[in-house]
Amino acid sequence: MLSIKDLKVGFRTRRGEVEAVKGISFELAKGERLGIVGESGSGKSVTSYALMRILDAGGRIKAGEAVYSGVDLRRASERSMKALRGREISMIFQNPRAALNPIRKVGHQIEDVLRQHARATRADARQKAIAALEAVKIRDAEARYEAYPFELSGGMCQRVVIAIALACDPKLLIADEPTTGLDITTQKAVMDLVDDLVRARGMSSILITHDLGLAAQYCDRIVVMKDGAIVEAGAPGALFVRPSHAYTRKLVDATPRRGATLRSLLPEGERTALAPHRVSDDPLLEVRGLTKTYAGKSGPVHAVKRFDLTVRQGESVGLVGESGCGKSTTSAMLVRLMDASAGEILFRGTDLAAIPAAEFARHPLRPKIQMVFQDATDSLNPRHSARQSIAEPLKRMTGLSGAALTARVEELARLTGLPAHLLDRFPHQLSGGQKARVGIARAIAPEPDFLILDEPTAALDVSIQAVVLNLLADLRARLGMSYLFVSHDLNVVRLLCDRVVVMKGGEIVEVGPAERVMNDPASEYTRALLSAAPQAPAPATSASQAPAPATSTPQAPSAATPPAA
Amino acid sequence: MAGRWTAVGLRIAQSVPVVLGVVVISFLLTRALPGDPAVQFAGAAATPESIEQVRASLGLDKPLLQQFLIYCGDLLQGDLGQSVSTGRPVAEELASRLPASLELTLTALILSCAIAIPLGVLAATRPGSWVDQLCRLLVTAGVSLPTFFTGIVLIYVFYYLLGIAPSPLGRLDFIYLEPDPVTGFFLVDSALMGDWETWLGTLKQLILPAITLALFTLAPIARMTRAAMLAALSADYIRTARAAGLGRGKVLYGYAFRNALLPVVTTLGMVFSFVLGANVLVEKVFAWPGIGSYAVEALVVSDYAAVQGFVLCMALLFVLLNLAIDLAYSVIDPRFGTEAK
Repeated sequence: MLSIKDLKVGFRTRRGEVEAVKGISFELAKGERLGIVGESGSGKSVTSYALMRILDAGGRIKAGEAVYSGVDLRRASERSMKALRGREISMIFQNPRAALNPIRKVGHQIEDVLRQHARATRADARQKAIAALEAVKIRDAEARYEAYPFELSGGMCQRVVIAIALACDPKLLIADEPTTGLDITTQKAVMDLVDDLVRARGMSSILITHDLGLAAQYCDRIVVMKDGAIVEAGAPGALFVRPSHAYTRKLVDATPRRGATLRSLLPEGERTALAPHRVSDDPLLEVRGLTKTYAGKSGPVHAVKRFDLTVRQGESVGLVGESGCGKSTTSAMLVRLMDASAGEILFRGTDLAAIPAAEFARHPLRPKIQMVFQDATDSLNPRHSARQSIAEPLKRMTGLSGAALTARVEELARLTGLPAHLLDRFPHQLSGGQKARVGIARAIAPEPDFLILDEPTAALDVSIQAVVLNLLADLRARLGMSYLFVSHDLNVVRLLCDRVVVMKGGEIVEVGPAERVMNDPASEYTRALLSAAPQAPAPATSASQAPAPATSTPQAPSAATPPAA
Repeated sequence: MAGRWTAVGLRIAQSVPVVLGVVVISFLLTRALPGDPAVQFAGAAATPESIEQVRASLGLDKPLLQQFLIYCGDLLQGDLGQSVSTGRPVAEELASRLPASLELTLTALILSCAIAIPLGVLAATRPGSWVDQLCRLLVTAGVSLPTFFTGIVLIYVFYYLLGIAPSPLGRLDFIYLEPDPVTGFFLVDSALMGDWETWLGTLKQLILPAITLALFTLAPIARMTRAAMLAALSADYIRTARAAGLGRGKVLYGYAFRNALLPVVTTLGMVFSFVLGANVLVEKVFAWPGIGSYAVEALVVSDYAAVQGFVLCMALLFVLLNLAIDLAYSVIDPRFGTEAK
């Protein structure tokens, strides 16, 4: 049905042409579900844009062949491509809210496609658009027809994008990271829906994702891409259980899964013994009845309701829940960026909640509580070099200056595995993993006792995530910090945390030791979260093989890769 | 939908304190200006007694607070006071001059939009092409030439050298009769009367100053259109639309352009307000009887009533303008009013 031979895609840049896809070949049979897996920059999305011929300006297919049902996609006229898009080959995208026209009713956006491909007339367009919405299981489709994207949730928007893509019964659906940014239960609902529709209509599909587990669950065959080339292809079972290429191996290892340990995420040669962290019985932080209430249109809205938590010295606690569950509000109150409506935050016996957020910046306990933010890129000042970013809290809170400051910054860089020569680079000159290190170095600079980690790896590739998680574990063992690890991903939380708190709708639904919560969840909601997470098949050898002794400390693979342009 | 109207109502309510503030500030500022109107209007041969007489007749001998209360009382009755230099009521003067300025500004802006927006769209769809370069050239030239200079060059070429344009002396050549004032816009009024000869005469007078102003306003509008279109065209929903096979026209105008309109409308509002204030030079060059030249003349001779009237009139105009922009927003963007709390 689709056959690609030696496809090369290049982009014109100021420094000459860059080859994003370097000669890939694969075939797709009718009804087959293919997965393209790779990390950022692997060329997986570019490949799909090239097939649709919707590459950004400056991009073009340089060589090779792409034939869809006898149509040469490389040489077809723009006119025939236009007829093909949406009717034969459709696409759904990541970030569904941005993928819809913000100022056009979703019903009209579906009608646009139907009318374009002459699947509807002015008279029956509305009715057919509503039918398309019903096909993607949107309840109350008639009312939703009139909605604008900003009035819908992320999952709902993705359903609309799917409705647009499937409105004209295409034969091939390309899904480009369709669930990135969606909650784990929404992800499952969306993927199940896509899968059901694809199977029911006998379509072929290409799932582009960075998530091995997701690809394993929803695809018949998988190709793994790296740096614009296919490194391995095969059935998911075989590929993951017995990966033959080193990169696939690394990717499989780095994917958090049941039964994995922190060190097993790293490539085999780098698995040193993990130093244990000491948990004392003394409480560091005691939170009692923490509540945040907003005035809403129809009465008060409880963002967080009576949150109780004790974190002992040296302990790591995971805070898990889906978007809107109040986990970010809770962490913002704990780090005193936001005032609580009620409750107390006892930090070494001092009630921090009594200090207004605006004054806490000058409080002597300020350095002791620090935060690592979700998006390493957005949380760094783009005009500050890594050195300046790390030095900033030191200057403010410790009063270091001159040579002592330089020495401390360099020490922090060493602690976090950031090569010293990168210290004078700006955020855009650093890779994702390096930026994460700068964020962590900055947070631990004032020697905090308590570190709040707000989804610190959510924006990172899995192999970088593995390195960062291990770095956090090493720092904990070395510096004796307590962590509050905020995440939506139970599989990741379990690896790093002693205890787990599961939140839903502003309330705690379950608290317990990480292993117990994972293996024997008490609440229905935790069970739902766990079952929604896609599970990658465990590699065959990793369980039987003891961690290989390494000669050097874990070295960041990210440090060796050039920064993203 | 209810959210939208609440938001619009909120905007109107917000403008009330603005207008009140403008009343106070314009009153105080005119008093703070150097120069004594009593001395000015008493003439060169005035004795101290006659100056005092003039001062009393202007009401300037009273305490400031009392002057202000009297001013506010008059305002409530729609009386903006009497211009000392022309001897005519300020309200009447503004009523005849404001339409002249507005007609000029609006014509210039329509002309400017008609050129700048398509140019910006074309430049954005073909970045780096000759259209883009032309756009850049025109925009740079337009903004770097001062309006009085462009005006004089246009007069020199089209009136003096070629003789196509009429003499640059006001809104209408003396051979025509002024149309009955309905809106005060000569183009509209003469069209309402069906007097097409006068209409054409008005247009001829209008065209050169309008071009002068339009050239000056081309730059911000074209640049913003180009930038907004580029941003809209690189948005994710454009990719979705293209992947769904929508035609180029639909993608460009139905999807990208409507989204790009939002910043363009904002810019348009800003351009309109600064042009209204800044077209005094053009009014001078073309002897245009607008409010800009009126205000400058009044300011020079410390004609309090006229200056206050002008400032108040401009403030009201800006409030209306902002309201119009917000209304335009609420039409274009369904999100308007949902986050404005």
